[in-house]
Amino acid sequence: MDNLYSLTAGELLGLLDKKTINPEEIIESVYSRAQSVDKKIKGYLNLDREKALSRAKDLPSSGKLKGIPVAVKDNICVEGELTTCASKILRGFKPPYNATVIEKLKSEGAVIFGKTNMDEFAFGSSCENSSYFPTLNPWDTSRIPGGSSGGSAAVVSADEAIMAIGSDTGGSIRQPASLCGVVGMKPTYGRVSRYGLIAFASSLDQIGPFTKDIKDAALLLGVIAGFDEKDSTSVNVPVPDYASYLKNDVKGMKIGIPKEYFVEGMDKEVEASVREAIALLKGKGAQIVDVSLPHTEYAVAVYYILATAEASSNLARFDGVQYGYRCEDPANLLDMYERTRGEGFGAEAKRRIILGTYVLSSGYYDAYYLKAQKVRMLIKNDFEQVFKSGCDCILTPTSPTPAFKVGERSADPLSMYLSDIFTISVNLAGVPALSMPCGFTKGGLPIGMQLIGNFFEEGKIFNAAYAYESNTDWHKRSPKL
Amino acid sequence: MAYEPVIGLEVHVQLKTVSKMFCGCTTGFGGAPNTHTCPVCLGFPGVLPVLNRRALTEAIRVALAVGCKVSDKVKFHRKNYFYPDLPKDYQISQYDEPLSENGRLKIKINGGEKTIKIKRVHMEEDAGKLIHEEGGDSSFVDFNRSGMPLLEIVSEPDINSPEEAYRYLTDLKLLLRYLEVSDCDMEKGSLRCDANISIRKKGGTGLGTKAEVKNMNSFKAVKSALEFEFERQSKCLEAGERIIQETRLWDTDKGVTVSMRSKEEAHDYRYFPEPDLVPFTLEAAMVENERKDLPELPEARKARFIGALSLTEYDAEVLTQDKDTADYFEECVKFYNKPKIVSNWLMGDVSGYLNAKNLSVRDSKLKPQALAGLLKEVDSGKISGKMAKDIVIEMLDTGKDASAIISEKGLAQISDTGELEKSAEEAIAENAKTAEDFLNGKDNALMFLVGQVMKKTKGKANPAVVNKILRDKLSKK
Ligand SMILES: [Zn+2]
Repeated sequence: MDNLYSLTAGELLGLLDKKTINPEEIIESVYSRAQSVDKKIKGYLNLDREKALSRAKDLPSSGKLKGIPVAVKDNICVEGELTTCASKILRGFKPPYNATVIEKLKSEGAVIFGKTNMDEFAFGSSCENSSYFPTLNPWDTSRIPGGSSGGSAAVVSADEAIMAIGSDTGGSIRQPASLCGVVGMKPTYGRVSRYGLIAFASSLDQIGPFTKDIKDAALLLGVIAGFDEKDSTSVNVPVPDYASYLKNDVKGMKIGIPKEYFVEGMDKEVEASVREAIALLKGKGAQIVDVSLPHTEYAVAVYYILATAEASSNLARFDGVQYGYRCEDPANLLDMYERTRGEGFGAEAKRRIILGTYVLSSGYYDAYYLKAQKVRMLIKNDFEQVFKSGCDCILTPTSPTPAFKVGERSADPLSMYLSDIFTISVNLAGVPALSMPCGFTKGGLPIGMQLIGNFFEEGKIFNAAYAYESNTDWHKRSPKL
Repeated sequence: MAYEPVIGLEVHVQLKTVSKMFCGCTTGFGGAPNTHTCPVCLGFPGVLPVLNRRALTEAIRVALAVGCKVSDKVKFHRKNYFYPDLPKDYQISQYDEPLSENGRLKIKINGGEKTIKIKRVHMEEDAGKLIHEEGGDSSFVDFNRSGMPLLEIVSEPDINSPEEAYRYLTDLKLLLRYLEVSDCDMEKGSLRCDANISIRKKGGTGLGTKAEVKNMNSFKAVKSALEFEFERQSKCLEAGERIIQETRLWDTDKGVTVSMRSKEEAHDYRYFPEPDLVPFTLEAAMVENERKDLPELPEARKARFIGALSLTEYDAEVLTQDKDTADYFEECVKFYNKPKIVSNWLMGDVSGYLNAKNLSVRDSKLKPQALAGLLKEVDSGKISGKMAKDIVIEMLDTGKDASAIISEKGLAQISDTGELEKSAEEAIAENAKTAEDFLNGKDNALMFLVGQVMKKTKGKANPAVVNKILRDKLSKK
């Protein structure tokens, strides 16, 4: 078989089971696909055929992902392998440890494939803020793939990886998944260990899967989820068998449609596709109800206060003392700090560090950080009310627009910040959400919808998503490359 | 004009846990630089802290011992500042909701007692250590100390003299040693102290502008630095100058404090809740268990020594000033139930020997049971008290039992009346005049005769027996 790269993990595992193929063949197929198309997409920062092949030769005797190549966002630590957050300040950094998700993937036989491009330190919604090069959208290479996990979304979309791992702080998995036409999920905060994920905003970050379909998403989440004693924010609740939720049946399921997410000025094609998706689920027996998340309008403001505050602190350790980049010939300690950080961080990172430092500084803390914390509780409470009222899921668009042009918003950070307007509240609340394809624009760009669930109820999201996917074929379309 | 100092102390204590505050690295002292480290205490990207439960329980014990109210919530903050020995460039500490607040420590001062209020006791992690190249311009960082569990014990400004500060530190250290939570060794940096001092008119109530004094590496240095600061600030006010709020360093060699930085350059630590450590509720039962499990503290022990063991106030005070000595004393009393005698020996010959050799009672070769054995030999009359004084030194030197030394050296007292009667008769015969004197009512003449018998037996005679034999023989004359 020469098109193994185009298959899902589920399909490949079936073939592996029947022994019609072996893991090395998968690696070779995906690697040569990447060789031929990544010139256009630039999704990978590092991809080493020999390393992948040697990993494929040395697999455990069994495992849920045995032989499946999984690409990894560059902010997740892989032992002995460059992990730089696409930042100059971490150039050359090779962690002496694996992130917990990497350990889990390896123990289930996944082949850690390549490191994918991202916005520097996950700061961005377009994947243009990498200190290496921008990644491009496989559906239209004049457009951005979304960010910050744009590399992971693009390589799955372009069949350069079977699955990928990303991180989502304000929509960084779901938004690029939506713009690249793949499935991406942010699990409940605390569901997946953050150990080894280079922190952007610790209270919002969560690692999650990128896949070609819902079945693979359930499979991959099942592998990486679970309590980790190395992460005090991980929650010790059992991980259910997500596959058991993959039912083509939504009868009686109550799906909430928040009015705040369907507002004047949103892209007409996006709105139309999402409305059609709602109609489809209704036709399959789901109960569609109008709900309200009244504090939605404050989410972006709250997010940029809390996320930058945490980021300013999390990024303080990149000071030129122990690892990563250090400026040449510093005159003294202060000079070393200033030039190392001045030369090492990109513009967006500096913008966020300065903003975060400001909102935490004495005299402003109460007005900004503390106030934002209080509003965050109100936003969380909005979701709790909706789920308490009996909703199983909330359905919204993932992104207000399809993929925009490269450079279109980079001069205007505020317009860029609004790209995550539908995804940010979910991180502030800590609930799980998934983005999946639900249509295409006339110009052929993917449109995504977002399904949001209650805490630790990823299973219900998979159920609704699988029922929708079973009755559509958006996920089967591939970009022409 | 007469002034008085107003002093508050911040004491940092390193807890004696096996592993560090947020990782599994050893807390052992020493080791080549950066050998007691891991990605967590080095603050590598992506790693996360996990609270050491042992550090928490030790902190709770200290909080309870100084009478603090323990919070029902455990919450950590980040204290942000750049320094090369701080691997994450923030320190995990406690801020608006410390582990415990509102305690007190009774100190002994001028023959009386004074209560110093304790504002708070909270947990934090330590930083590493900078080593500056001698004669060069390089600096090196040793992160072995990074992430060590620390307690910060903050007093209210209730201390009004350098002597009180000294007593406070001594009594606090004693308490911590009793709790066995820290070795409190200032040389190893496991106990550090910063002082805030301001002055005011004697008897006044307000607070003046304070200076923070750092870099004092012994209790004596704290006392000297505070004395210096009191003088400096007094002179400053006398001269009509304004005292500025600043941090000053104590220079031990020169015996002065020098300005380090003024308030204007003070840090903005940008505290905010540590998102990597979710706040959690402390179970009341757990705190109560720790309370029940607290050892007897110095004050209570002293009271018991006076009450139940009938020691004098002075003896009880001396014995309880060191937990090891008090433990040793009690162990000894278990085998030999005459507390006053044990106390005399411990405070006399034994401590004299140990002090001279700079040994601690715990390291001594003389075990409590052996000391009890020696005292029993004296009681049984086998040896005299004077002989015991020589024997105890040998026991301290060699660790041998009293009985072994007695038989080895043939030191047992002669109580055999036959042999003694013979010597007594000889003594009377050789000193007829003295015998006469005794019979004529000169009682102390007998002492001379006893001495003669002791001489004849080379000191091995039991003086009480000799006394009795001599009286018998003389009365028959
Ligand atoms: Zn460590």
